[in-house]
Amino acid sequence: PKKGQSGLGKSTLVNTLFKSQVSRKSSGWNREEKIPKTVEIKAIGHVIEEGGVKMKLTVIDTPGFGDQINNENCWEPIEKYINEQYEKFLKEEVNIARKKRIPDTRVHCCLYFISPTGHSLRPLDLEFMKHLSKVVNIIPVIAKADTMTLEEKTEFKQRVRKELEVNGIEFYPQKEFDEDLEDKTENDKIRQESMPFAVVGSDKEYQVNGKRVLGRKTPWGIIEVENLNHCEFALLRDFVIRTHLQDLKEVTHNIHYETYRAKRLNDNGGLPPMTVETEENHESNL
Amino acid sequence: MAENQDHEKQYVGFATLPNQVHRKSVKKGFDFTLMVAGESGLGKSTLVNSLFLTDLYKDRKLLNAEERINQTVEIIKHTVDIEEKGVKLKLTIVDTPGFGDAVNNTECWKPITDYIDQQFEQYFRDESGLNRKNIQDNRVHCCLYFISPFGHGLRPVDVEFMKALHEKVNIVPLIAKADCLIPSEIRKLKERIREEIDKFGIKVYQFPECDSDEDEEFKQQDRELKESAPFAVIGSNTVVEAKGQRVRGRLYPWGIVEVENQAHCDFVKLRNMLIRTHMHDLKDVTCDVHYENYRAQCIQQMTSKLTQDNRIESPIPILPLPTPDTETEKLIKMKDEEVSTICACASWMLELESRESLQGCPIEVVLRLPLLCPPVGSWGGGQG
Repeated sequence: PKKGQSGLGKSTLVNTLFKSQVSRKSSGWNREEKIPKTVEIKAIGHVIEEGGVKMKLTVIDTPGFGDQINNENCWEPIEKYINEQYEKFLKEEVNIARKKRIPDTRVHCCLYFISPTGHSLRPLDLEFMKHLSKVVNIIPVIAKADTMTLEEKTEFKQRVRKELEVNGIEFYPQKEFDEDLEDKTENDKIRQESMPFAVVGSDKEYQVNGKRVLGRKTPWGIIEVENLNHCEFALLRDFVIRTHLQDLKEVTHNIHYETYRAKRLNDNGGLPPMTVETEENHESNL
Repeated sequence: MAENQDHEKQYVGFATLPNQVHRKSVKKGFDFTLMVAGESGLGKSTLVNSLFLTDLYKDRKLLNAEERINQTVEIIKHTVDIEEKGVKLKLTIVDTPGFGDAVNNTECWKPITDYIDQQFEQYFRDESGLNRKNIQDNRVHCCLYFISPFGHGLRPVDVEFMKALHEKVNIVPLIAKADCLIPSEIRKLKERIREEIDKFGIKVYQFPECDSDEDEEFKQQDRELKESAPFAVIGSNTVVEAKGQRVRGRLYPWGIVEVENQAHCDFVKLRNMLIRTHMHDLKDVTCDVHYENYRAQCIQQMTSKLTQDNRIESPIPILPLPTPDTETEKLIKMKDEEVSTICACASWMLELESRESLQGCPIEVVLRLPLLCPPVGSWGGGQG
């Protein structure tokens, strides 16, 4: 899922990541569409295929987040949605006649789009990440990074990293879940140098040096999305899809979900949560 | 001979008036108050520095996110005297840090509307006062409102802000940090913003119509100006080398953005409009429209209040204080008492003098009295 105020290029980026129209761009130019009054959760599922491998990708958008005048608690609908997916999974898991492959609607990764102000994080960013980093893997991303020069980008990233650290926000890959030294070394480098990834997205192609590349054409030059000298899109893509996709799912399942499950069991006095029907069955089996 | 005399008869000489006005104005100097508003991080300070080729924000400290959670909107004034070809300009920039930054931004524009009203009120009182020789005009002549280029148009806070201010100040909306948008995106965004401004009934500053006798080139420029609104701007504090020249710009890996290149952004249009062609009109509209609105409202409120109280007084206002806070009220009361004390002392002094002049009593004692005077009420004791 992707979170951040409207207009930060979330839909374009997701489309670029998966090289297909998996996210319907919020029709900002459509006269009838307004900024929703409350945060909405819109989930769209796709099946994409590559090299014979099929993947069911669900992109969850959160239009309305951060767009109002009063944004207090605007992360609550999102937290609720994430917990609902855990609940769904839990109910299925404890079911006596449960399916072999439990349909997994849990959120494996949350891309949080930070506005490239060049100053620091906004209070809303802090609040959101503080609350949500405890329930889902958050990958902070600096949106529309073509608005910053190299120097500004480096400084901004440093400031953001420091603010996240000072506020105790653990973004993915979380330090405490590094499995071995190899993981730690690799992830340390990513955490301390590369993240948050400063990205630019585009669904248009241009001819540069005889190659067709995804980019943005400005009067002063063409910004190439996959050129590491221009932005870190390629790093984000490799990170999320090519190296850590499986890990994102595992951390969600083994850690976030287990935390939720433990809490639910504790609240229920050590018993798994049940619906009214199954409770009857359970009791009759004792 | 007769011809010359005729000629002289027809030439009265007041054609030199514009020159006289010019000389006086230049001697007196000009002043201009510009307000900048918008979320932080939209490049407001950089743009102001670029517009006036100054560095007004050298010692600024940027707050981090946690510090900003409870930040309220402040009003900060920077004044700078700049001179160009013998013409002096006293420029005041009114900054509004904190606007739109909090999680809950309800009515975050109130400190700003209050500030503008206060300047009007101050001017109103000065204008109605006894000594009108050196009235200082602190009224806000123009407000540059920065719209984020990262949205799809106006956000709710943008709409509410502009509606709260459009009848108090000239609003010039700008698209900030326009170098993150490609030309087609800028076009669409401008269209969208113009539509929304219409839709919500926001009255932004309108450029005045050209005189019909202006030349075609001027009219063409004027048309282009109007069609470019809202201006998409870029600012820069740094100078870069582009095509062999040193220009204000931003250096990216994919190219150089030049602030003063009209193909790159509308900075030049904004600067020309604000400083070179419309500065005086902005001041005129502030005085003739926004201030007069305020004044009319004020007088109306007062006369309706007076008729409510069944008193008939002269329409010249004494002191139109809407809601003085308790601190000020206390101070006013104290000063009032001091004044009446001093008046009482003065009349006592006069009496003493007339008595003492016959007996040669030292005058110093009399002079010390006002300072020793206790507040009214306990003064009856008298000091000798």
